[in-house]
Amino acid sequence: MEADLSVLIIAILQAAVRSGTPILFVCIGEIYAERAGVLNVGLEGLMLIGAISGFTVSFTTGSAPLGVAAAAIAGGLFALIHAFTTITLRADQIVSGLTLTILGTGISGFFGKAMIGQVGPGFDRLELPVLAQIPVLGEIFFRQDAMVYLSFLLVPLTWWVMFRTHLGLAIRSVGESPATADSLGVSVTRVRYGCVVFGGAMAGVGGAYLSLAYTTMWVEQMSGGRGWITLALVIFAGWNPAKAFLGAYLFGGAEALQLRLQAVGLGIPTYFLMMLPYVLTIAILVMASRASLRRRLGAPAALGVPYAREER
Amino acid sequence: MPLRLEMRLERSRRLEYLVPVLSVLLALAVSGLLLLMTGTNPLTAYGEMFSEAFGTSYGFAEVLVKATPLILCGLGVMLAFKMLFWNIGAEGQLHMGAWGATAVVMTGWDGSPWLMVPAMVVAGMICGAIWALIPAFLKVQLNCNEIITTLLLNYVAILWVAHFIYGPWKDPESFGFPMTKQFPDGAQLLRFGDSRVHLGLVFALLAAVVLYFLQEKSRWGFEIAVTGNNPTAAEYAGMNSRRNILLVMAISGGLAGLAGMSEIAGIQLKLLKDISPHAAPYGYTAIIIAWLARRNPWGVVLVSVLMGGLYVGGETVQITMKLPVNFVLIIQALILFFVLGGDILSRYKLVYRREAPIGG
Repeated sequence: MEADLSVLIIAILQAAVRSGTPILFVCIGEIYAERAGVLNVGLEGLMLIGAISGFTVSFTTGSAPLGVAAAAIAGGLFALIHAFTTITLRADQIVSGLTLTILGTGISGFFGKAMIGQVGPGFDRLELPVLAQIPVLGEIFFRQDAMVYLSFLLVPLTWWVMFRTHLGLAIRSVGESPATADSLGVSVTRVRYGCVVFGGAMAGVGGAYLSLAYTTMWVEQMSGGRGWITLALVIFAGWNPAKAFLGAYLFGGAEALQLRLQAVGLGIPTYFLMMLPYVLTIAILVMASRASLRRRLGAPAALGVPYAREER
Repeated sequence: MPLRLEMRLERSRRLEYLVPVLSVLLALAVSGLLLLMTGTNPLTAYGEMFSEAFGTSYGFAEVLVKATPLILCGLGVMLAFKMLFWNIGAEGQLHMGAWGATAVVMTGWDGSPWLMVPAMVVAGMICGAIWALIPAFLKVQLNCNEIITTLLLNYVAILWVAHFIYGPWKDPESFGFPMTKQFPDGAQLLRFGDSRVHLGLVFALLAAVVLYFLQEKSRWGFEIAVTGNNPTAAEYAGMNSRRNILLVMAISGGLAGLAGMSEIAGIQLKLLKDISPHAAPYGYTAIIIAWLARRNPWGVVLVSVLMGGLYVGGETVQITMKLPVNFVLIIQALILFFVLGGDILSRYKLVYRREAPIGG
């Protein structure tokens, strides 16, 4: 019985990593954008764009990695619209992001109609030699698919870029005090464009994870609120990739747990279990907001504020 | 980046009026390109959409049917926008309103519409208001980001409704479909003539009148406007913006709740899945409407009717030309993007010039 329980827990944690991976990709991307001072609430739409373009390309070419590349490009291109309206035209970032969500939902549904019901190629489980043999940890982290390993690499890389390189310094200074960055010769516009487009590409990849690894099909509106959950996660993580790593699996855990509980059937109605990830997100946002009331939690000072040199 | 904005000396009046018109035309042009890509003649499609929605009395009645929940949700979202409170949760508030109204029917009460309808209106509005007060309370107490909370509560509300129609409230004679029994006559809203236009439209227009007077003629409306424009000034003037946020969201959620109530009591006549169209939910379209209407209740009514036309036209070409319904969403989003960009261009000029070094 005890052995059964530990098997069950390991299975849930393994599923938590899988469920957390799409959120982790999107979160890393959004950390770049928000660190540079641009809020993108269009993540939900970008994920859908990534999911459908990734699926379409991998379905037609038979190559899942090509699908991921396509998702990144498509996500980046659509984020470029947000970059143009908010950085060049200085439009309201929230309205532009919401519009992007609506556009992404529409476009993905429009082009996805032909793909409904198809099963495409995806990423298979890939056990890493040696690492997969580590007891417990190996089972949870190293018996996953290639995209999960990619996300593992992305976290330390982002941390290093953000806190140990000139580029990271430029990004953070543009988000904290664009006027200062500008006077030091950093192009605010270029840094912000780069971060928003990269963020969009990552959101696309996160979406592609849903249609190429988490499942291997396209379902309309399959992102199911993960883009919004990510926005809460960025705040929870304090714009820090290392904390995002843990946070993403916490959210993944909620999803994995509710699916498992549904299967077991504890007498809790299914639809109440399905609320768990959303309710948990709100609860965590509440806690993060309380904490930030006590001490400021590193929100970039210029987040959401367009920069105009002549208005300094 | 060689593209830069330069402030216009005078706000371009001509552009201000041209922007919405041009935005619609540009949105139709761009989505026309999408249609061409899928081998459809956009002119035929648009012609059919327009003549179905605005060319026949049946079609126009259906436009008003769609406009009813859009006006109610749009007014609510607009009022919250005025205070810079982003209520992205009209969809959830609409679902909770529908649930509250159904709860009245599910007590087994089968009485006169003179009693049942008001009870359902009150129940629906209260449930919508409560759902909107949760994020409002979290905002004023903890400064919790309302965009995220209002949106996530949509998912919770939809699951809440699903629980009841798949479970305790499911009609045993529905052949497994997730829906309640049909409402008794007393719980149905009056319809006008042979059309499906129902009393909900009257509620919606009344709400527009009331909001107009609240906004434009009352001291409270003034407080809301000041708080939205300059929160610090409002605090100094002794306005209680916390209380105002709670009040505004109670009204906003109440209106969306009323939209849910009138949709099920006027159109569906039972509680079921997809009270609001899955492809372009009313609660989300309401955000676009509130933005396009420029904070004006009459603007909300007008834009809602146009959006209603887009729904009806979209449904028509979905059937006759096999176009995916999501097409409606694309047009909506493109209009909004063009208006967003166009608004800026009526205040600034976009000039092509290389960025000069500071001091140079």
